[in-house]
Amino acid sequence: MNAQEKTMDVTLRVWRQKGPDQPGRFVSYAAKGVTPEMSFFEALDTINEGLVAKGEDAIAFDHDCREGICGTCCLTIEGQPHGPDQAATGCQLHMRAYKDGDAITIEPFRARAFPVIKDLVVDRSALDRVMASGGFVSVNTGSAGEANAILVPKDKAEAAMDAAACIGCGACVAACPNASAMLFVSAKVSQFALLPQGGPERDRRVLAMQRQMDLEGFGNCSNEGECEAVCPKEVKLANIARLNREYIRAMFWSHEVHPKVDLEGQEE
Amino acid sequence: MSLKLDAGIPDGPVDKKWDKHRFALKLVNPANKRKFDVIVVGTGLAGASAAASLAELGYNVKVFCIQDSPRRAHSIAAQGGINAAKNYPNDGDSVWRLFYDTVKGGDYRAREANVYRLAQVSNAIIDQCVAQGVPFARDYGGALDNRSFGGAQVSRTFFARGQTGQQLLLGAYSALMRQAGKKQVQVFPRREMVELVVVDGAARGIVTRDLTTGRLESHAAHAVLLCTGGYGNAFYLSTNANSCNVGAAWLAYKKGAGFANPCFTQIHPTCIPQSGEHQAKLTLMSESLRNDGRVWVPKKKGDNRAPGQIPEAERDYYLERKYPTFGNLVPRDVASRAAKQMIDEGRGVGRTGLAVYLDFADAIKRQGQAKITEKYGNLFDMYHHLTAEDPYRAPMRIYPAVHYTMGGLWVDYNLMTTIPGLFCLGEANFSDHGANRLGASALMQGLADGYFIIPYTLGGFFASSKLAKVDTSHPAFKEAEQSAAGRTQRLLSIKGKRTPVSFHKELGTLMWNNCGMGRSETGLKEALAKIPAIREEFWKNVVVTGSGAEFNQTLERAARVADYLEFSELLVRDALERRESCGGHFREESQTPEGEAKRDDANFSHATVWEHAGEGKPPIENREKLEFKDVVPSQRSYA
Repeated sequence: MNAQEKTMDVTLRVWRQKGPDQPGRFVSYAAKGVTPEMSFFEALDTINEGLVAKGEDAIAFDHDCREGICGTCCLTIEGQPHGPDQAATGCQLHMRAYKDGDAITIEPFRARAFPVIKDLVVDRSALDRVMASGGFVSVNTGSAGEANAILVPKDKAEAAMDAAACIGCGACVAACPNASAMLFVSAKVSQFALLPQGGPERDRRVLAMQRQMDLEGFGNCSNEGECEAVCPKEVKLANIARLNREYIRAMFWSHEVHPKVDLEGQEE
Repeated sequence: MSLKLDAGIPDGPVDKKWDKHRFALKLVNPANKRKFDVIVVGTGLAGASAAASLAELGYNVKVFCIQDSPRRAHSIAAQGGINAAKNYPNDGDSVWRLFYDTVKGGDYRAREANVYRLAQVSNAIIDQCVAQGVPFARDYGGALDNRSFGGAQVSRTFFARGQTGQQLLLGAYSALMRQAGKKQVQVFPRREMVELVVVDGAARGIVTRDLTTGRLESHAAHAVLLCTGGYGNAFYLSTNANSCNVGAAWLAYKKGAGFANPCFTQIHPTCIPQSGEHQAKLTLMSESLRNDGRVWVPKKKGDNRAPGQIPEAERDYYLERKYPTFGNLVPRDVASRAAKQMIDEGRGVGRTGLAVYLDFADAIKRQGQAKITEKYGNLFDMYHHLTAEDPYRAPMRIYPAVHYTMGGLWVDYNLMTTIPGLFCLGEANFSDHGANRLGASALMQGLADGYFIIPYTLGGFFASSKLAKVDTSHPAFKEAEQSAAGRTQRLLSIKGKRTPVSFHKELGTLMWNNCGMGRSETGLKEALAKIPAIREEFWKNVVVTGSGAEFNQTLERAARVADYLEFSELLVRDALERRESCGGHFREESQTPEGEAKRDDANFSHATVWEHAGEGKPPIENREKLEFKDVVPSQRSYA
């Protein structure tokens, strides 16, 4: 490595919380000798290495692929889920976005449906339960017909892919003032609404997913558009419009029985 | 040799074996399937597809993953595509050709029967994924689109932009969650397997650590499926996700499962080069980029002009020069070694000199930027995010990195390891790729194993075995829990001075330097001497903070590094014993005058299967002889 490389010192104000039912607080850590090429997470790694070497607990944070595709990381950086870069996850953020002397505040994704496990780690299993309620095409292994027997217009396939690109990170929920999961749900509903394969379960799916979303404690959409702004995969707000259309269609025209949900979120 | 290595390959011509075997396998009565419990560890393509398919059949499935959701397994990061022998482009593909290419691409170190079966079921995988709503790329007529991919002269790769792994995994995950909703599968996220429980010689359960609370939990079953991926992180820097580890496979090895060909590791030619000491992992740039990108270095040593200032005549498009037939599309091992050669000659580029160019200028001129964006847009964006350089204007800088591991637990034709009832699927097993995997074949194998092979072979196992009733009250579970707890305690009690990551880096650097792209007897022997020393220091001087009864990522990492410190020794030993070059394993002593890998079929046409002989004892070498009846081995040539 070359020696003239510019380095900087920054301060990270990090949310520390021992466990789910314990109070949390911000603790400041100095990150010295940070290079612009470093990823934001590598700067966190460096702090953690220092903490562990001193015998102190490392800052817990979820991360895995570090290339923006697995959806594991869930940091709110300076108030913004995934940080300042457009169309990127926290793990894709690099220190070149900062300058010497900056203080950067890091919190977990905040939402009622995402309880904190420790420090910056949250429980997003609510999203899996929403998927289990209807985010699929019911086709058993072995029962599929010849692939090219299903023709899909190219523009429809592309639009379905745009929606399917969702990585399930939950940034949309964290950014929404109502902690709504509408963008997440709409991405899956849209993918299948755009494809012929999704046709047979169209009504069932939207009713079931919408219901599960409510049961999990996610809020509703009030057209703030914050979700679209932070989505690392640029899933569009138009999907929520499609979700609403699908929902209304299913409510009024389908034969599916819509389960009633009372205000406490319990089934009647 | 003491392991019984009967692969159980059915008789008859290669193209009839699987049909014959499927008929020979006994069936489990539909009403009896609910009496069988199956544990699936790992939720990548192999694990998710197996768990979903087995649950659909009516088995009770418990599935475990270390991530917070099954959707995040590292299959999600696969970019380029999935192969199948559909022959939609009418360009001469067939099941036989896919079979042939895979055996040849694996440098004749894979089992013919397994590879043929893989090619045979490849088409059904595409059908299944399309039915699930996987949004593959399509033509204007609405039919599926294909592209050619590293090492293939036909266009047999199906793709969903540069996110094929993601889309296939989300398909398998949605099938899995559908079964979870029906209570046919119980999903256990944030769980790490910390023991395999063997009763009366058969795998009957596992112990897991709940990564949120640290609690140890016992789970009993009639069979255990390990779908736990590869061990590339033994090298510290690889394209694998941070949590990828060899733990489950290593536990199985220590309980008697044979470990085959650990030295067969794949180094992918097109990754983003390391930028500094702090680097935590490397990022792959899909090989599909080589369809349109041209690889070059300056002709002159140490030429540090900006790429745009180096005139055409002073560039060496070395892949096109050395391999005129395949050009930039030579298989991964060949492309990686060629890059290393250029860098060793002092013609590497960029700040560190550890990179070569991958240039799209010609493709953009010929096809227009819009077309390139359509094909590779997300990859270009990813490169831009990581490097702050715009690949539409300047060539990408790429460098080889550890990416995939062909070696793994030895399995028979039924995907069962040498421990009855313990099966191994996907990258974690050794079966289909020989010494080198072709691009877009990992996704194919993971899904083949999970969707179309294990549903048959597991039934055959159940129907023909007498399994006594075993539940978690069996003393073997208590013992296993105690052993796992003891190990955690041991790690926590050392309270030394060095972090687990520092040991991982030290080990990885040694592995990369001495057992990476080029391997020599001297280097391997040196590594064999140094690894035990690092391991010894680890167990004396590692510091693991926090406790075992909480969410503790330092402890998780320490346990995985401890496994790598043992496993790496086996990998190096295997590399030392294999005194030939083949596929991704390049022994410097065994090369042609042109510097290409030279196989030694007379002495090494076998899978080396290592057997655990007890702590502190050298492992025992076993061999499964490979026979080639349908694809005659020849020296691979891509010139």
